[in-house]
Amino acid sequence: MAEVRLEKVVKRYGKAEVVHGIDLDVAHNEFVVLVGPSGCGKSTTLRMIAGLEEISGGVIRIGERVVNDLPPRARNISMVFQSYALYPHMSVRDNLGFGLKIAGEKPDQIRRRVDEAAEILGLGPYMDRLPQHLSGGQRQRVAMGRAIVRNPDVFLFDEPLSNLDAKLRGQMRVEIKKLHQRVKTTVIYVTHDQVEAMTLADRIVIMRDGHVEQVGTPSDVFDRPANIFVAGFIGSPPMNQLDAVVAGADGRPVARLGDGIEVPLPAEIAARTSEGQKIVLGFRPESFAPKGHSLHGAEQSLTLGRTVAIAEPLGTETILFTELGGKEVQGKMLNPRVVAPGETLEFTLDLVRLHVFDAASGRSLRE
Amino acid sequence: MSRTLSIEKPWQRWAVRAGVFIVMLILVVPGAWVVLTAFRPNIEVLARPAVWIPQQLTLNNFLGIFGLLPTQQGLPVASYFVNSLVISVTSTVVAIAIGMMGGYAFARYRFRGKATLFLGFMLSRTVPGVALSLPLFILWSRLGLIDTSFGLILVYLAVNIPFTIWLTDGFFRQIPVDLSEAAQIDGCTRWQAFWRVEFPLARSGLASAAIFAFLTSWNEYALASQLTRTTASKTMPVGLMDFTAQFTVDWTGMSAMAVLIIIPALVLTFIVQKHLIAGLTFGGVKG
Repeated sequence: MAEVRLEKVVKRYGKAEVVHGIDLDVAHNEFVVLVGPSGCGKSTTLRMIAGLEEISGGVIRIGERVVNDLPPRARNISMVFQSYALYPHMSVRDNLGFGLKIAGEKPDQIRRRVDEAAEILGLGPYMDRLPQHLSGGQRQRVAMGRAIVRNPDVFLFDEPLSNLDAKLRGQMRVEIKKLHQRVKTTVIYVTHDQVEAMTLADRIVIMRDGHVEQVGTPSDVFDRPANIFVAGFIGSPPMNQLDAVVAGADGRPVARLGDGIEVPLPAEIAARTSEGQKIVLGFRPESFAPKGHSLHGAEQSLTLGRTVAIAEPLGTETILFTELGGKEVQGKMLNPRVVAPGETLEFTLDLVRLHVFDAASGRSLRE
Repeated sequence: MSRTLSIEKPWQRWAVRAGVFIVMLILVVPGAWVVLTAFRPNIEVLARPAVWIPQQLTLNNFLGIFGLLPTQQGLPVASYFVNSLVISVTSTVVAIAIGMMGGYAFARYRFRGKATLFLGFMLSRTVPGVALSLPLFILWSRLGLIDTSFGLILVYLAVNIPFTIWLTDGFFRQIPVDLSEAAQIDGCTRWQAFWRVEFPLARSGLASAAIFAFLTSWNEYALASQLTRTTASKTMPVGLMDFTAQFTVDWTGMSAMAVLIIIPALVLTFIVQKHLIAGLTFGGVKG
C-alpha cells in the first residue's frame, strides 16, 4: 500500500515562501494530476515528494513512513523528468537496468525485468542504442521504462510530455493511461496542460501561487469549479466570465449585465445572493449555442439574439465569437452549418449550467 | 557571372594562403629547427656561412648526453627524466582529484563566498610564477623543501588546482542536474550519482584538464630552476642548462635533450586526444 499524504507542507527559499502549507491525500493506486500555470509550485511540490527538494515545514508520508528527511533513494519512488534525463553514456538496456544494478540485483534477474519493461513499452528493437540515437517518443518510453522496471511505490511525472509535438503528445498520453491501467501504482503527475489533467487524472489538484485552489475529479472541477480561477483554467475554450450585479425583481433575483441584459439566476444560487452584490457570471461555450445546436437540451434557458463576429469551424463543432454584456464571449455550435460573420443568430443560454461567483472573493456561490 | 558572385576572388584566396603560410612558418620553424639540430653534427650547426640544408644526420648527440660516446662525459638524463615524470604525474593526478571535486562543488552547490572564492582562484593565475620565486625560495628553505620532489610537487599543485577547478566547473555545468537527480532516484547516493553518471560524462573535460596540468608541470622552468639543486629533484627543463658553460653552449646536445622533453608530451597528447571529443552529453537530455 502506498498512499501519499502531505500535511501543511511548506517550501521557502530564503525568505520567499513558494508553497504555503499544502494538504493532499493521494490514495493507493490513484492517478493524481497537479496542474496550474507556471510558477504555481506544482513542480516544487513534486520535487519535495521525490526528495530532491528539502521541505521547510510540514510532513510528507509515503505509505506509513514519514519521508521528510529520507534521501530520494530511500523513498522507493521513481520519476520521469521533462528532459527524460536518460544517461547519455549508457545503452537503452543499461539505462533501464541502472536502478536494479545499483540495488544489487543479480544480472539474470535484471535482464528478465528489463526485458519485461521493454516488452510493455515496445522498446525491444532499441535496446542496444544510445539515447542520442532515439526519437523523442522513444526517449520518453525509455524514461518510463526506467521508472516501471524498479516496481516503485509511487510514480512521479514532471511534465513528461511537454517536449513532444502535439501529435506525439496525444499518443503518449494514451500510453501513459494504458500503462497505469496495466501497472497499477500510485501516480502523481505534474503538468500545465489542462487537457492532460482532464484526460489522465482520477483526481485533479489545481494550484496557483503555492496554494491548492481545488481538488476533485475531472467532472468536479469542470462542472463545479470552486472559484473564478479554476473556472477559467479548466476547459477549452475557456469559460465566459461576465461582470454583473444582482438585482432583485419580486423575489426572483437576476444578474444584470453591463449592457442591461438581465439573466435569471438559478434558485439555489439566488438564495445566496443579496441585492446589489457584485458577481461574476460564468458559462461555458457549450452552454451558449444557437438554437437547435446545443449540447444539452436545457430545461431553463434564456434566448438572446446575437450577431456573430467570427466563426471558427472545427469540423464537428464551430466556435462562434459574439458580444454579451459588453464583452466578447464564445459559443459552441454543434452539428454546425456555415455561419457568415455579421449573421445574427438566436442563442440559448443554459441557465441550469450557469456559474455564479462572488466578485470580491472569487468563490463560487453554488456550494 | 558566377565568378563575380563568388565571395572570394582568386587573389584573396592566395592572400589568405600566404598569410596562413607565414603564420605556420613562425609557429613551426623553431620547433623543426630544434629537432633538426638534435640530429646534426655540431660542426655543421656552427658552420659559417650557415648550412641550411642538413648534409648529414647523426644520433651522436643523443648517445653523447647519455654518456655513450668515448669523447664525452654523459649527463644524468635518466634521473632528470624520472624526476620530471614523478613530479609531473603526481602533481597532475593530485591536482585533478582535488580540482575535480572543487569544480563539482562550484558547479553544483551554493555556499557562502562562492563567487569571491572563485574570483580569488582566478586572480591567483594572474600572478607570474617568477614573482613568487623569492618568497617561495625563502619559505621552502626554512621548511627544508629545497631540492626535493615533494617541494616542487607542492608548487605545481598550487598552480594547477585553481586552473583545474575553473576548467572542470565549466564541464560539470554543462551536464544537466537532472541526470544526477535521476540517478539519486534510481537508488544512488550523491557520491554514486557523481561517480557513475556525472564523472563518465565529464571525462573529456577531465582529460583536457589533465593535459594542461601535466604540460604545465612538465615544461615549467622558472620555479624549478630556483627550487632544485641536484639530481635529487632537477627536472628535464632545468637539465637543459647543463649544456651551457661560461663561454660556450652545446647547441646540439641541448637540442637532443629538448627532443627528449617534447616526446612524452606529444605521446600523451596523442593518447588523450580521442578522449577530448566533446558532445558526449548530448542526446540524453532534450531542451
